[in-house]
Amino acid sequence: MPVSWIMIILFALAVLGYVLGRRRALASAGGDMRNLHSLPSYYGSHVALFAVAPAVALLAIWLVVQPMVISSSVARSFPDGAISEGSSLSLVMSDVKRVADGLNVAVERGALSAEEAGSVSAGATNIRERLGSVGVALGSDVDSSVLDAAQKYRAYASTGHLIMTLAVLGLALTGFIYGMAQMRAEFRARNIVEHAVKALLVFAASIAVLTTVGIIFSLIFNTIEFFKLYPARDFFFGLTWAPSFGGGSELGMLPLLWGTLYISLIALAVAVPIGLFAAIYLSEYASPKMRAIAKPLLEVLAGIPTIVYGLFALLTVGPLLVSIFGREGLNWMQAGTAVMTAGLVMGVMLIPFVSSLSDDIINAVPQTMRDGSLGLGATHSETVRQVVLPAALPGIVGAILLAASRAIGETMIVVLGAGAAARLSLNPFDAMTTVTAKIVSQLTGDADFASPEALVAFALGMTLFVITLGLNIIALFIVRKYREQYE
Amino acid sequence: MNDMTLLERGVQTDDIKISARNVEVFYGDTHAIKNVNVEIQDKTVTAFIGPSGCGKSTFLRCINRMNDTIDICRVKGDILLDGEDIYDPKVDPVQLRAKVGMVFQKPNPFPKSIYDNVAYGPKIHGLARNKAELDEIVERALRRGAIWDEVKDRLHSPGTGLSGGQQQRLCIARAVATEPEVLLMDEPCSALDPIATAQVEELIDELRQDYSVVIVTHSMQQAARVSQKTAFFHLGTLVEYGATDRIFTSPEDPRTESYITGRIG
Ligand SMILES: Nc1ncnc2c1ncn2[C@@H]1O[C@H](COP(=O)(O)OP(=O)(O)OP(=O)(O)O)[C@@H](O)[C@H]1O
Ligand SMILES: [Mg+2]
Repeated sequence: MPVSWIMIILFALAVLGYVLGRRRALASAGGDMRNLHSLPSYYGSHVALFAVAPAVALLAIWLVVQPMVISSSVARSFPDGAISEGSSLSLVMSDVKRVADGLNVAVERGALSAEEAGSVSAGATNIRERLGSVGVALGSDVDSSVLDAAQKYRAYASTGHLIMTLAVLGLALTGFIYGMAQMRAEFRARNIVEHAVKALLVFAASIAVLTTVGIIFSLIFNTIEFFKLYPARDFFFGLTWAPSFGGGSELGMLPLLWGTLYISLIALAVAVPIGLFAAIYLSEYASPKMRAIAKPLLEVLAGIPTIVYGLFALLTVGPLLVSIFGREGLNWMQAGTAVMTAGLVMGVMLIPFVSSLSDDIINAVPQTMRDGSLGLGATHSETVRQVVLPAALPGIVGAILLAASRAIGETMIVVLGAGAAARLSLNPFDAMTTVTAKIVSQLTGDADFASPEALVAFALGMTLFVITLGLNIIALFIVRKYREQYE
Repeated sequence: MNDMTLLERGVQTDDIKISARNVEVFYGDTHAIKNVNVEIQDKTVTAFIGPSGCGKSTFLRCINRMNDTIDICRVKGDILLDGEDIYDPKVDPVQLRAKVGMVFQKPNPFPKSIYDNVAYGPKIHGLARNKAELDEIVERALRRGAIWDEVKDRLHSPGTGLSGGQQQRLCIARAVATEPEVLLMDEPCSALDPIATAQVEELIDELRQDYSVVIVTHSMQQAARVSQKTAFFHLGTLVEYGATDRIFTSPEDPRTESYITGRIG
């Protein structure tokens, strides 16, 4: 029985449990709701909960664990000699799984009968051809030990599935009966349902946290893997970035890091003054009407997808800069893709981040503070400069660091606007590239996932992660320090 | 009541500092001040008393045009400072506020050090030629604000770290530091203990030598102690205005009498 069917049955059981549980509890109270400990719906929910929750939990665990158990037992029965030179058990096992999946597809499409799939031997039939005819492509000819293992794999899987179906449905039924048995008027159904709600919320929160931890771990493991293949010193301090997929590549991170920092710096140099001044205008000088129009307009900028900014950089800003700084003009710039192009466009992208957050923060400065300054005969701009901005500073710094993290992590604008050359140069009109852009290009190539050329992406990702984490920690630190001082 | 004001005017024309004529204030549709006429003398302490919400703060804020910062607020009528209309378009409100200082109802120190709070006004108006002079101004203002002894060892710690009463005295010192001609004080002692209150009252009395002081207060005793003139506001109108002694001993209007004897308000 497919998993979707099991789910439908469980759902039906839940609905049935709700209706019956509710009715039974009411009946036990003589039909009078006031004699019940909890509202009738709690009793219904209680039965539904007991019917479904344990069964679903079991199903989820089973679906995760079964493939692991089966692969390890199939792998154990694999003859040692069958693993050829230059290959590994994990590679062979992935072949086994692919063949097993192929056989499943073939049975589904009717290219093989169920018995045939279980009994064909490599010598008698050309499995690769027959699977190919139903659209399952295999890389190489299937050797007999792999086919045997695949058949064993299929057999185990189908038995496992049968046991799972029985176990899950059995558990659901047991829960259902157990829940029903408790339906008495004095039973505290509400408390149990409350616990279940809390458990659900905790579960959701922990998924978010666990995913983060999982992402970090996958980064860490792959990074360690990379450093086994490539010396860390050369990665962190190397001045050349020259990956070649044939091997012998130089993977020095510094040119990429430099590109990232340079472009972010230009972007911030554009976004911080403009965003901050816009925020000051909006919150301090603009009339309410002006503000109502201008603020949403500015925030539209934040909604534009970065790929559109990338196109803008490539098609508009780049050519414009070339016409001024290129060969026709000052002759500093070779082509439209340059640090300056990407930096300017990224700066525009960041303006709403800075302005919108700063505007909220400036607005939160109490009016009495402004009154105090104005009452002493300070002008409006003196008040803003000397009283409002210092009071809003921690929040503004936070906004700027947030924009900085965005700039460092930005990819699309860089790919389209800054070029692809990894270069250590001070000229802002040179093409350069960033950490993020290179992560994309290292992972989208044909490289084997176990090669240093691909694994370097994880080391780069880890580096970025550490940098942005550092920025956030600094932001927190600054905000806390100033808060102590000013409140 | 009008007779009385006319009489006063006749006697003291020479040293009238502020004179308000037919002042009306609206917050949107709320009519907060209704046809108020008052003449405030130079080198005198004038007390504004009246029940909560009667418009004392509103009228006070008209005198240094702080109401300009409230969008919905409209002021009609004339207010003259030294015979010049302060609502004349030619008048720069920034300059006006340097001459007419204000201490607010709630203490509002800036997020700066105690020193910088007090030095703020003198710096903006260029009152000190060098650091030594500025130090002197700051110390004198803090002494007059009756807070010097408490803060002299921590002039460079934040002003927001002081207690509420200390903050209020800091704000008084800050206002005094710019040497205004008129000082408007909106319930300056509402957050102070009796000792600090006495010190501030002493300061007010001292300021009278050079300035004209207008103080809003909810304490009859305070009004009686520090002021020479008292104005009683009720529901946006000026009910009675005259010498403090007379207001407290023989009020003319029945509303004044019931307020000072504690029956309304
Ligand atoms: N910013 C404002 N917007 C709208 N209405 C206001 C505003 N400030 C004051 N008012 C209204 O004007 C009237 C007078 O207020 P005001 O603050 O002058 O009273 P007050 O006499 O100072 O009272 P209190 O003794 O409680 O300080 C009140 O009815 C108040 O609701
Ligand atoms: Mg008031």
